Amino acid sequence: MNEIFNFFNQNLQMIYIVILMIFVGIELISHVPAVLHTPLMSGANAIHGVVIIGAILVMLHMEPSNKLGLAIGFVAVILGTLNVVGGFVVTDRMLDMFKTRK
Amino acid sequence: MENLLLNLSYLIASVGFIIGLKMLGSPKTARKGNLIAAFGMTLAILATIFIYPSTAHITVSTFIYILIFIAIAIGTAIGWGIAVKVEMTKMPELVSFFNGMGGATAALIGLMEFHHNVGNPGKIFMIIAGLVIGSISFSGSMIAWGKLSGKLRKPIRLPQYNILNTILALAIIGFGAYIIISGISNLLYIYLLFALALIYGIMFVLPIGGADMPVVISLLNSFTGLAAAFGGFLYNNMAMLTGGILVGSAGTILTIAMTKAMNRSLSAVIFGAFGEGSQAAGSGSKIQGSIKEAGPSDAAILLNYANKVIIVPGYGLAVAQAQHVLHELEELLSKKGIDVKYAIHPVAGRMPGHMNVLLAEANVDYDKLVDMDDINNEFKNTDVVLVVGANDVVNPAAKNDPSSPIYGMPILNVEDAKNIIVNKRSMKPGYAGIENELFYNPKTSMLFGDAKAALTKVVQELKGM
Repeated sequence: MNEIFNFFNQNLQMIYIVILMIFVGIELISHVPAVLHTPLMSGANAIHGVVIIGAILVMLHMEPSNKLGLAIGFVAVILGTLNVVGGFVVTDRMLDMFKTRK
Repeated sequence: MENLLLNLSYLIASVGFIIGLKMLGSPKTARKGNLIAAFGMTLAILATIFIYPSTAHITVSTFIYILIFIAIAIGTAIGWGIAVKVEMTKMPELVSFFNGMGGATAALIGLMEFHHNVGNPGKIFMIIAGLVIGSISFSGSMIAWGKLSGKLRKPIRLPQYNILNTILALAIIGFGAYIIISGISNLLYIYLLFALALIYGIMFVLPIGGADMPVVISLLNSFTGLAAAFGGFLYNNMAMLTGGILVGSAGTILTIAMTKAMNRSLSAVIFGAFGEGSQAAGSGSKIQGSIKEAGPSDAAILLNYANKVIIVPGYGLAVAQAQHVLHELEELLSKKGIDVKYAIHPVAGRMPGHMNVLLAEANVDYDKLVDMDDINNEFKNTDVVLVVGANDVVNPAAKNDPSSPIYGMPILNVEDAKNIIVNKRSMKPGYAGIENELFYNPKTSMLFGDAKAALTKVVQELKGM
């Protein structure tokens, strides 16, 4: 139980951020017209590719002798990049088609 | 100084994500918003590679740097290649695929970080949560991708799959909690947990019917966001935390908005009342009556003498890649002084907004696309409705037949129009697997054939009139 209290105290700022961010996310999405749902989902999909930072951090801390670790990290960075690059490019392609012709 | 630069980069990235997501919510600013979010992402990645090591006082060997750059180069080449090449009709499964990649990344991070952090329950909790959610998102997204691309056509249900899945979920939670509390350091346990989570992701998505796939993808999207956020907690990384939580909460809201559009509850989607109901209804209420078949010239004549035409596009349009010829038809009719609009059902196609993307590709005027709620009253003043490859979203059973699995879903009031032309490849039922009495309506003419081929013939006929 003590560990949980300690954890709470140590991470209080982050817990605040989490709660505020949840509301920001809800606010941002709740007024979006249905026509933009697909690009929006795709754009959000690209943003969670931020998880690639974790994969890069793992690689930066990895012992060069840890072959298995390096291999897994290498794959993780590839997959994370796929998520980020593919996500943003495909969203851009979709939105390119929404140009209003005037 | 370096600390300041790193933190500043992450702050700019986080703000970029928020502004980007906000701008994605309006047609005018959406493209710029996407670029802003991408810029924030690039900044965060570059800062992590080049500034982080000196703030953490670690020296990184050149070998590892080279590996990172090669990995990023490979990922960029493949990601960019797929994203640029793929057809617009395959968008939904592509989003699912990329989402799975993010989930896999989160899961792999968990696998690698476990043994460094044994003895720190707080961190092990973050690792296990990220690992489990990421794995479920990965395997679930892969199944969704397979279903949408037609590789897995039928929902597969083990007997009592709901109970089975619940037991598996409880087992994963219990096992995870055990690893956290016991402080066990054996790597075998974490691999076993990884495997269980992967199996759960598969079992979770397999029984869900194809019509519900958009909802599932959106849900898995928010799962991956959550997994990324746990990574942010683990590394004390604000960019990961804000980005992840943002997508997690926005994705959840989007999921709920989608289920609302289909008038279904999230639990009905997950626990799959869909397929079972349809089997019962299918055998119980076979529709009686005959259908009326129309050729391209009949359809052309009907359209030519109409004053007001509404086009209802569906997934069949996407499959046949008929959006360009449909646009040609619409322009031809407009030139003849006929009022033409498109009626967009919120869940037409395989994703909300799918039809808008598709028609936008064919340069259809944005103003001609009308949402369901705004156009539903116009059908009664409409001479001809042209249904192209849509089925469930125009099925009157949603209003009339309480035993139907889609009962209660808002539909387009197509049957109010004076004439209905339905273009379909065959009499096969739609994605939800249910019969459609609209096709037996005396006002309905069936124009059989591939949408592109059939509409091309109609256009030729119209040009000759």
